[in-house]
Amino acid sequence: MLRFEGTDTYVATQDLQVAVNAAIALERPLLVKGEPGTGKTILAHEIARGIARDLITWHIKSTTKAQQGLYEYDAVSRLRDGQLGDERVHDIANYIVPGKLWEAFEARQAPVLLIDEIDKADIEFPNDLLLELDRMEFYVYETRRTVQARQRPIVIITSNNEKELPDAFLRRCFFHYIRFPDRETMQRIIDVHYPDLKHELVHEALTIFYDIRQIAGLKKKPSTSELLDWIKLLLVEDISPEVLRTRDPAKLIPPLHGALLKNEEDVHLFERLAFLHRRERGGS
Amino acid sequence: MFFSFFAELREARVPVSLREYLTLMEAMQKRIAAFNIEDFYFLARTALVKDERHLDRFDRVFGHCFRGIETPTDPTTAIPESWLRKIAERFLTQEEEQLIESLGGWEQLMETLRRRLAEQRSRHQGGNKWIGTAGTSPFGAFGYNPEGVRIGQHESRNRSGVKVWDRREFRTLDDTVELGTRHIKLGLRRLRQFAREGAAEELDLDDTVKSTAHNAGWLDLRLVPERHNVVKLLLFLDVGGSMEDHVRVCEELFSAARSEFKHLIHFYFHNCVYDWVWRDLRRRQVEQVSIMELIRTYDRSYRIVLVGDASMSPYEIEKEGGSVERWNDEPGEVWLRRLFDAYPRAAWLNPVPEKHWPGTASIGMIRRITEDRMFPLTLDGIDRAMRSLKRRG
Repeated sequence: MLRFEGTDTYVATQDLQVAVNAAIALERPLLVKGEPGTGKTILAHEIARGIARDLITWHIKSTTKAQQGLYEYDAVSRLRDGQLGDERVHDIANYIVPGKLWEAFEARQAPVLLIDEIDKADIEFPNDLLLELDRMEFYVYETRRTVQARQRPIVIITSNNEKELPDAFLRRCFFHYIRFPDRETMQRIIDVHYPDLKHELVHEALTIFYDIRQIAGLKKKPSTSELLDWIKLLLVEDISPEVLRTRDPAKLIPPLHGALLKNEEDVHLFERLAFLHRRERGGS
Repeated sequence: MFFSFFAELREARVPVSLREYLTLMEAMQKRIAAFNIEDFYFLARTALVKDERHLDRFDRVFGHCFRGIETPTDPTTAIPESWLRKIAERFLTQEEEQLIESLGGWEQLMETLRRRLAEQRSRHQGGNKWIGTAGTSPFGAFGYNPEGVRIGQHESRNRSGVKVWDRREFRTLDDTVELGTRHIKLGLRRLRQFAREGAAEELDLDDTVKSTAHNAGWLDLRLVPERHNVVKLLLFLDVGGSMEDHVRVCEELFSAARSEFKHLIHFYFHNCVYDWVWRDLRRRQVEQVSIMELIRTYDRSYRIVLVGDASMSPYEIEKEGGSVERWNDEPGEVWLRRLFDAYPRAAWLNPVPEKHWPGTASIGMIRRITEDRMFPLTLDGIDRAMRSLKRRG
């Protein structure tokens, strides 16, 4: 039986492993939610790598229709061919363009299908895919043919919670909420990404990072992906752990904070807090 | 197998259906998590819970149903020290000290605790004697006994001994009571309807291409009516007085409403609506609008939503001069009726939890005046309010 246990570049906690393996074994879609930047999309990539399968990605936008995942009828091409008297025009099958789901169904070995950010689409979108994801087959009206999955693909669905998903859809999925990693897990994540990093630097960086996350009222708390970016910048700029460690009141804002705080208000908030802190220190 | 667990989940309002239960059984049969309680917990969670808001409720039920399957630590050695330290940290008020007297005094309490610790051999939850969680014994966490000693409730204490589900890390995600902006948006979205009105005037490119293709290449132009958002809303917000507690919730509703409607006009009132309302909160005295003028200005196609706790003295509703702001010649009831008569599609949202409504006389009066169109300010309440707003008229 296929088992996913994380990869050399992805730390999967035990609960995540159980969820993924349940989804693989029972051939049900896995719905993944969590704070932005906790590795929801990456998960599908890593599962595909971990169990050596192809990955098919279907990015959902606000204009995406469920039908586009199945197939599209390219009427414009047929119209043009009709005007030009092309022979192809007589067979409508020439103008049926398979979508991502069809592609996944026809693959020789069951691939990993990532349906990314399903909540971006119209509120009816998940409902329109119910039957297709459940039975793993659909009907092409133009050619009167049923497309059936050779093997059921491993379906990973991510959501950012912008819209509530319908109950009927949820009942068919396994669900996993990626919690923000605690310090221990975060340490492992950093080790996986930057294996030769100096221990003190990681320690100092993590302390600053979790301090920033503690600040109440931040619009967007920095997440794992931001931390990794920031550490990369620290490495590029060759900033030493000593610099991070300085509790010098004049330099309360960590170096390269732009990687952590993405929002002007948050930077202001942080600066104000730093200023207040400094004044407090100066007064005492 | 596990059926009582399933039943208890449903009782705790975790929406699980038979389908999810069967999925779990199937997964068990495939030996995905067979011999390890922690794996079983993760599996049950991924199969049964479909929304992070329900994770905390799930954790509580799981902890309750599967208690005592694994003893975390030997309670007589590891726990007592930190537990007792916790007691020393506890700050006692005078009343609390009196409460302790009711159990035979502080010495007695500590003595009993020591004895119980010695007697008890396993982690415990529920019940009324042993030390554990969620019980009525004076010792333990999350309990109900007012003279209780809180043990091991602080996060950083003794964490190694706590089970994953007992850590209850998803508590902040449970929002039955708290209403976030997102939920209000979802509710208000119900109200937003795109109705197509007027003559066909926009070229429908997709349909044109399609029907041209179907027409074997002969151009067939298709037109559709332009899109209009026809929802027009007057929003009345109660400010000040007894609403202070609810101002934050109301502001959220307000900010959500702002982005949902193009035709949104807001007014403010205090406790009850009389012959005038304010346009601008900061300039109360200057920017006043009389209700009669308001009814003349905005026609019946507008919908109105009032947000207020409706908690006031009954005089403020039924007597002239009852207003706390200034003299009113006609009682608030008359003005409320006028407003609700003028706008058949109306709703009153109340941030006070529905179960407390019968306790306040003025809430009952306003419910009568609004013909039972008062809804609680929860996601469910907003849903109901929006449905009622759509239906009428």
